Amino acid sequence: MDSARSDGQASSYVALKILVAGGFGVGKTTMVGAVSEIRPLRTEEPLSEAGRSVDDTASVNRKRTTTVALDYGRITIREGLALYLFGTPGQDRFWFLWDELAQGALGAVVLADTRRLEDSFAAVDYFEHRDIPFIVAVNSFDGARRYRCEEVEQALDLDPGTPVVLCDARERASGKEVLIAVVEHASRRHKERRAQRAQSG
Amino acid sequence: MNDDPGQQRWYDEDAGPLVRLYALTRGRARPRQEVFDLIALISAPPDPARYRNDPTLGPEHTAVLDLTARGARSVADLAADCDLPIGVTRVILSDLLEVGLIHVSRPLVPDRMPDERLLQEVLDGLRAL
Repeated sequence: MDSARSDGQASSYVALKILVAGGFGVGKTTMVGAVSEIRPLRTEEPLSEAGRSVDDTASVNRKRTTTVALDYGRITIREGLALYLFGTPGQDRFWFLWDELAQGALGAVVLADTRRLEDSFAAVDYFEHRDIPFIVAVNSFDGARRYRCEEVEQALDLDPGTPVVLCDARERASGKEVLIAVVEHASRRHKERRAQRAQSG
Repeated sequence: MNDDPGQQRWYDEDAGPLVRLYALTRGRARPRQEVFDLIALISAPPDPARYRNDPTLGPEHTAVLDLTARGARSVADLAADCDLPIGVTRVILSDLLEVGLIHVSRPLVPDRMPDERLLQEVLDGLRAL
């Protein structure tokens, strides 16, 4: 891979990052695992950041870092072009980790469970506020009542134009469709932004 | 798990790392300079002779170099391959960058993408998976 050796310069290496977010136990790990070779990633985070309000870190003898696990998967499109998937931690106190993951992200998937739609609010808010293109993928759990996409759209109060798709996080083909939907959506959004920039001079 | 009590180890995964992580990084919690993006690509000259006997490098440094000598890898891949937390991996990479043993290629960010052809290529690639 000689192209990668041009230190810091614009190289032909392109890596695109897609985040998979959603509430705890909604199927993020399952989805990342279904479409890519999944590997656990650990990060040691200072407790002072992870739990500023609840943990007293004044004493040196106390545990000062905590391990946060992330799901990570890579899909190689061709040499020099790869898609990286990162499952965001489900707990709210690890929001600061999202900021790093979200930086430079092409787009995001908010995985939702219709039995606990409220668990998706935080992720929806996060991506809306940071203007990161995202879609909502409703994971159709066995036995869960099937909702129509419009109902989910209303319940989550999504901005117009945010795609909602149904999926089965266990199925590779279904996961692929979700990724295709998010890349298509991100592509549209980037085109719109470019047009806006061109217009405003 | 092994049920034979004679075979059981007194520690397990819950015990956490037996070598404290700050020992691996000589007390440093943050890389000195560059913050390595998780998807930045790390490559190294495929020349083990250059670093194998370097006494200033720890086993983790050597492990990272051995991996990159086989082909460029992302920071996230290296952390997963070496089973090290991301922060520790970054400190090690920062050491290696300082002595010129690795190269870093920053990923292209979506906003700077030249055209849509690339995303079309991704879509075609995903459909072909």
